[in-house]
Amino acid sequence: MDVNVKVPVREQDPKERAKNFEEVCYGYNKEEAMQESERCLNCKNARCIKGCPVSINIPAFIQEVKAGNFEEASRIISESSSLPAVCGRVCPQESQCEGQCIRGIKGEPVSIGKLERFVADWARENNIKPEGAKEKNGKKVAVIGSGPAGLTCAGDLAKLGYEVTIFEALHKAGGVLVYGIPEFRLPKEKVVSKEIENVISLGVKIETNVIVGRTIKVDELLDEFDAVFIGSGAGLPKFMGIEGENANGVYSANEYLTRSNLMRAFDESYDTPINPGKKVAVVGGGNVAMDAARTALRLGAEVTIVYRRSEEELPARAEEVHHAKEEGIKFNLLTNPVKILVDEKGWVKGMTCVKMELGEPDESGRRKPVKVEGSEFDLEVDTVIMSLGTSPNPLISSTTEGLDINKWKCIVADEEFGQTSKEGVYAGGDAVTGAATVILAMGAGKAAAKGIDEYCKKK
Amino acid sequence: MFKILRSSMPVESICIMEVQAERIAKSCLPGQFIIAKIDEEGERIPLTICDYDEKKGTITIVFQIMGASTYRMSKLGVGDGFQDFVGPLGQPSEFTKEPVEELKKKKFLFVAGGVGTAPVYPQVKWLKEHGVDADVIVGAKTKDILILEDEMKKVATNLYITTDDGSYCRKGMVTEVIKDLIENEGKKYDVCVAIGPMIMMKFVCLMTKEFSLPTIVSLNPIMVDGTGMCGACRVTVGGKVKFACVDGPEFNGHEVNFDEAMKRQQLYKTEEGQAYLREKEGNTHHGGCGNCGGEK
Repeated sequence: MDVNVKVPVREQDPKERAKNFEEVCYGYNKEEAMQESERCLNCKNARCIKGCPVSINIPAFIQEVKAGNFEEASRIISESSSLPAVCGRVCPQESQCEGQCIRGIKGEPVSIGKLERFVADWARENNIKPEGAKEKNGKKVAVIGSGPAGLTCAGDLAKLGYEVTIFEALHKAGGVLVYGIPEFRLPKEKVVSKEIENVISLGVKIETNVIVGRTIKVDELLDEFDAVFIGSGAGLPKFMGIEGENANGVYSANEYLTRSNLMRAFDESYDTPINPGKKVAVVGGGNVAMDAARTALRLGAEVTIVYRRSEEELPARAEEVHHAKEEGIKFNLLTNPVKILVDEKGWVKGMTCVKMELGEPDESGRRKPVKVEGSEFDLEVDTVIMSLGTSPNPLISSTTEGLDINKWKCIVADEEFGQTSKEGVYAGGDAVTGAATVILAMGAGKAAAKGIDEYCKKK
Repeated sequence: MFKILRSSMPVESICIMEVQAERIAKSCLPGQFIIAKIDEEGERIPLTICDYDEKKGTITIVFQIMGASTYRMSKLGVGDGFQDFVGPLGQPSEFTKEPVEELKKKKFLFVAGGVGTAPVYPQVKWLKEHGVDADVIVGAKTKDILILEDEMKKVATNLYITTDDGSYCRKGMVTEVIKDLIENEGKKYDVCVAIGPMIMMKFVCLMTKEFSLPTIVSLNPIMVDGTGMCGACRVTVGGKVKFACVDGPEFNGHEVNFDEAMKRQQLYKTEEGQAYLREKEGNTHHGGCGNCGGEK
């Protein structure tokens, strides 16, 4: 075995998986995990831990895997993370823990994500539950949103003895883990609901169908709870503002994915309608764009990604881009839509695009795409999915007095403890940063749990 | 589960239900709506709030059987319930934020069409409770499908009913009544609120524009979550894209692009219709005649 190369992970055949919603990656088995763990150098000053937004003691858990002590490995991970089976599947490891790994200098980094996933899956299959608080401290905290930020904050506070209630706007708990990320990347019954059950087993209550800002206001929650954490997520989908965008057949990625994931339109036994489209263009290059494209493919469409920069700038995880290509998704890079063509009945019949070239770096540090004059061409499509990110949802900020927002309308919260401008109110995740990743939201939920604990102790 | 306390079908294919939902009843105001989901497999259906009772902790909804989920909902009786019932969604009617003294100086005209009578009722009731006068025009295709007549009589200053076929009260469209009231009966109004089928709202707005009468309409486009997340409910108002669920559902009717909104409403018509057929006739539309689109 070559120590510079990761133990390969088994995956469903691309031709097969393009037609089903089963999980793409099978993960490591015991032998593969133990073999991969041998590659960890157990660095004293471990850089991988610094690369992890929730600071999992990575070398320590990998040493336990090496020794076959999976239960202990699971305990070490759960000290820092409430959702390891999720993170092992959806974290952008290449830019976090694995991006820092010493092994990566000469060869491939240790497959930390796959090892984390193995340990979490093993713990679930062997019914290992995280340890809850020995006794309650009598303090109550309300958490708004049951996505990664909310679940993490709630889990951490419950472990410290707080009585925590999560309020979820939708009919199902999990936030982006259930409405956004598709089944083939993150199985709902097998993984997500089990992780949520773990959080519930710590004593956390989850109330669905409560929209904070509408059903109940933050100020009312403060009458009943000692502190409030806002982890309400990203918000309103952005559109380009081009001609024809309100035609039938133009969707936000949020809508397309919600219909398929949360409302399970792909399952015949559900009433949810979806027009999957035959020729689909997905505009955008992030993880959500890849998810929408691969969902459309599985619903039977021919799919093209349209992205205005080049492959190097694609913000999606490397693995998602790789999987999308394997499955037969076409990439129209350095391309930007300028107009959606509409038939007489109001349905999409095509999309006019222009070619782009990269100019000088912009404020994000990435080279700015510039239009190539006279390069217009038409793509023949019947469906367009806009995946351009989101802008913050005003429901909470507009109904809570004294809660400051910044010029992008995100809730202002300090990075260290998630403290907002309003006493007793903390916030984190996409509601604060704008659309980001599951793990960053978890990191923010964790930080806020510390902040809330400090606050309640002083109170 | 959200229990159904009262359920009736006063006219063919329109259901009225009173549902236990304390939190929503407590924070509800006129102009808002709810989303109901019958069970795990059901759709999230945005529905009009017809009445709310904070003391009893109930919400009364009215719906017309349109697709598979509303058909299944119509089969629910007292003691059954909805798995999910969420709200109140959308912005309350603008007038609920105005000082009552200012409101009392205004003359309101409400124009309700068909099931649109249901969301008009709590608005007129709220105004009546605050001592504000409101005339109401209710239009229906025919006498047999008229709803909430007695309830409306109790809260409206003047109630004008019109039927397309002349089977009850006046004969003709609601727009003709508006014209008649303003031109022949010397009525003066400061605000018009029109709620009903999209096509009715469009023509009411064309007419009130002629009279320079500010008009508010309530839109009910397709939506999924109702909290701003999906963007399915986007409508163009005054040249700008708005989300009906968070920015609306009420908008300045003279600025709404009705033609686009009507096209968008057709979006899932065939899909929903297919699901309805499956429910009524069993799984017969998967065989693949190739024409109905049932084969997928």
